Amino acid sequence: MSVIVLANILIVLTIVVGIVFTIVTVIGVIRLPDVYTRAHAASKSATLGVLSILLGVFFHFWLKEGHFSIQLLLAIAFLFITSPIGGHLMSRAAYISGVKPTKLTVGDDFAEVIKQAKLKNPPTHQKED
Amino acid sequence: MKTNDVILQTTTKLVFFIIFLFSIHIFFAGHYTPGGGFVGGLLTTGAIVLLLLAFDLKTVQKALPFNFTIVTGIGLLLALGTAAGSIFFNVPFFTHAFDDFTLPLFGTTSLHTAMIFDAGVYLVVVGAAVTMIQTIGGDA
Repeated sequence: MSVIVLANILIVLTIVVGIVFTIVTVIGVIRLPDVYTRAHAASKSATLGVLSILLGVFFHFWLKEGHFSIQLLLAIAFLFITSPIGGHLMSRAAYISGVKPTKLTVGDDFAEVIKQAKLKNPPTHQKED
Repeated sequence: MKTNDVILQTTTKLVFFIIFLFSIHIFFAGHYTPGGGFVGGLLTTGAIVLLLLAFDLKTVQKALPFNFTIVTGIGLLLALGTAAGSIFFNVPFFTHAFDDFTLPLFGTTSLHTAMIFDAGVYLVVVGAAVTMIQTIGGDA
């Protein structure tokens, strides 16, 4: 096999993996029962899907067009750092503002922590008139 | 209720520099590739807004002790000065000039006065946007 064929296989493989993971994300967001399981689906597999697509684009421009795009590598690193943090912050904001997890949940350690914290320094609401 | 922000703050400390360096890259790349003063300024503003979200308004003002209205003024002066400088060489207002210089570290570089104008645009965008967000976010 020539180098061109190997490069094509690498590019097609990474992009197909990315698309499959993105589709899995969409199915997970539709099918899973509550906010937390959906955040789990959206932040994990969407990250891997987008990273894989970007990696495929990077390989395409590097191996076939001869352009080593440092910006795509930076984007991969940036998304890898930030998108799980986004999932974490959104699901924690949902929990603190009172979204209940699904009935299938067996343990809930965070509820106790939240209760303690609210007792120690009660939430400061603005005066309602 | 005071929340524990350690994940957000640690990530911000790292990500701020990635965004800031990318904005500088976008600013300098503006002549030959997409980018320039406006987008670079907005990206820098985005990095500062990320700091404002993760930390306090007071902490960020201590970390970046600039009066951003003055930054806007300096930017406008740079833009106006670049445009007005051409009058002294007996050419029309806003005529730009460029030449190739050999710099010690970069080798032969083509320097253009449009970049000074772009730096003015950059400073105006950063100053105006950060001033808006700080005044909306603050009490005073």
